[in-house]
Amino acid sequence: MRPERFQNRPVRWWSGLEWPVAGLALLLLFNLAFTPGFFHLELRNGHLYGSLVDIINRGSPVVILGLGMTLVIATGGVDLSVGAVMAIAGTVAAQLILRPGFPFPALILASLAVGTLAGCWNGFLVTWLRVQPLVATLVLMVGGRGIAQLLTNGQQIYFEDARLVFVGNGHLLGLPFPVLLSLALLGLTALLTRRTALGLFIESVGDNPRASEFAGVSTRTVKFVVYAFSGFCAGLAGLIDTSNIKSVDANKIGLTLELDAILAVVVGGTALTGGRFSLLGTVVGALFIRTLTTTMYAWNVKSDVAPVPKALAIIAVCLLQSPAFRRRLAAFRRASPS
Amino acid sequence: MKPPRLNSQYIPLVATGVVLAVLYVTGGCLFPNFFSLRVLVNLFGGNAVLGVAAIGATFVILSGGIDLSVGAVIGFTSILIATLVEEHHVAPVLAISLALLLGTGFGAGMGALIQRFELPPFLVTLAGMFLARGLAFVVRPDNLGIHHPFYAEGINHSLALQLDSRVSWPFAATCFVALFLVALVLAHYTRLGRNIYALGGDETSARLMGLPVARTKIATYTIGGFCSALAGVVYTFTTQNGDPAACVGKELEAIAAVVIGGTLLSGGVGFVAGTGMGVLILGLIQTLITYQNLNSWWTVIVVGLLLLLFILLQNVVSALSGRLDNTARHG
Repeated sequence: MRPERFQNRPVRWWSGLEWPVAGLALLLLFNLAFTPGFFHLELRNGHLYGSLVDIINRGSPVVILGLGMTLVIATGGVDLSVGAVMAIAGTVAAQLILRPGFPFPALILASLAVGTLAGCWNGFLVTWLRVQPLVATLVLMVGGRGIAQLLTNGQQIYFEDARLVFVGNGHLLGLPFPVLLSLALLGLTALLTRRTALGLFIESVGDNPRASEFAGVSTRTVKFVVYAFSGFCAGLAGLIDTSNIKSVDANKIGLTLELDAILAVVVGGTALTGGRFSLLGTVVGALFIRTLTTTMYAWNVKSDVAPVPKALAIIAVCLLQSPAFRRRLAAFRRASPS
Repeated sequence: MKPPRLNSQYIPLVATGVVLAVLYVTGGCLFPNFFSLRVLVNLFGGNAVLGVAAIGATFVILSGGIDLSVGAVIGFTSILIATLVEEHHVAPVLAISLALLLGTGFGAGMGALIQRFELPPFLVTLAGMFLARGLAFVVRPDNLGIHHPFYAEGINHSLALQLDSRVSWPFAATCFVALFLVALVLAHYTRLGRNIYALGGDETSARLMGLPVARTKIATYTIGGFCSALAGVVYTFTTQNGDPAACVGKELEAIAAVVIGGTLLSGGVGFVAGTGMGVLILGLIQTLITYQNLNSWWTVIVVGLLLLLFILLQNVVSALSGRLDNTARHG
């Protein structure tokens, strides 16, 4: 017997997206009304430029991290290490590009592999050693940046190689390359989770690990795979970020980006307690956060102060999603005569 | 409670003590001046901010929660005090009281959100971290030295204890030790302390036993907020400075100190004394790495490894005492 919420509500691809999309639309409407030039698009050298393009372009690393984070959170875990893993992967890429004659595809593979390996390490801790996800990934979050520093010997690395610069700055079909990368990853993730049983396994593990285990789902394998995938995403995001600024500073790359990724997931409607997840919700959530940031820059809010509205937005979103808050709101509505 | 479980509870604490002793003796054997009074005093003075923050984190973690806003609140408190004292000429004691009050209220607010609306603690305190950090930059976007006589004379000289002709015990270290003693009493000899342990052990059981779960939870985050603010005050003592960007990531160091001190991240098991030792261990690692002339980024790697080692040790202990279910829950 399926629970009632599954019986009566057909699950469509857009179900649950109403709130994040409404939030994003509200923010865009605000900009349409009050921020001059926000919707201005320009075709320069065959490439699109403008605030909107900037949002999806600069938002790509968060989208990519968010996709990995969504699956991790759907299993009831969390991955705090993605920022540090970005730093490690970016460092590896920047170091290899400085070696003359190192094949470029091998470089890309190497830095993605390093990210995936870091994810496997997290997965190993969580599944085999049964460490709580928050703590397991905290270890790499703390230590990972040290490892990246050690790789670079504490130096900033600069590079000019056109192929590596293309990853973060190039354009294809008029669109920035990072956007295409994040779209491709979204397609791949959606295909893997929605067209195979993997997505169902992930949701079942997040809903009730014990019941899934009894039902024959290998919770260990599922959890291990999502952490490895999150590491892969962090590796890709690290590549993009490094390439974008044509240098790597192990202290700065991906700093606090783990928070943005978690926020994107939460705003997108995936519950932190695990279970059902929405990939598109996360994408909308990431765009929401990036739009908020870009809006504040357009209004000359200093980047240091920018977290304040972000924080208020998180609390508001969480309150709206909280059953306890909804109960109180409903009770309040009943009490007041309309 | 069965006797073997009681015993196994102490294993992490003993392990922490052993690590602390080993580190200290190793340092003493490797470097000639390591056992000097100055190194010992610096160990307490230099880690007072972390110590105060970690004691607050201990209570929050004991209750089964987590507080990620620690570092941001330190930054906010320090710049608030500096601005009030230097630009608005408020008496330092008044500014410090106000900052402590705000920090405590901030913690209480986060606790209320977590308790009343059943929001996950890590998310609420994450938002709290963004909020406090952002507000710190609203107060003042860059750092500001504090030159008020209360700081220049009072904190540095009058309130510091002269131990011998060259070494003096800084007031910041006194704050750390005093808070440590208060926390020891609060955790182990008061009703609130008992309730916090009970809440972290099993919230449902605590509720069924008729303990004031709601009040205790809010009180825990209030203590956390107060300690973070106090850590900010201590920061102004040690650096004579207010900085909105101060102590980024201090919450992680604090959590590391708590875990290394033997407190279970799932809550309910742990000791304030362990946290004290955890802070000293982190401090010793830093000192050793400085003495060894190694790059400072080795610190984070070693801390990460030590964190891992203690988590594994806790898991072994948990498995031995049949509390495996606890580790499957996440904080």
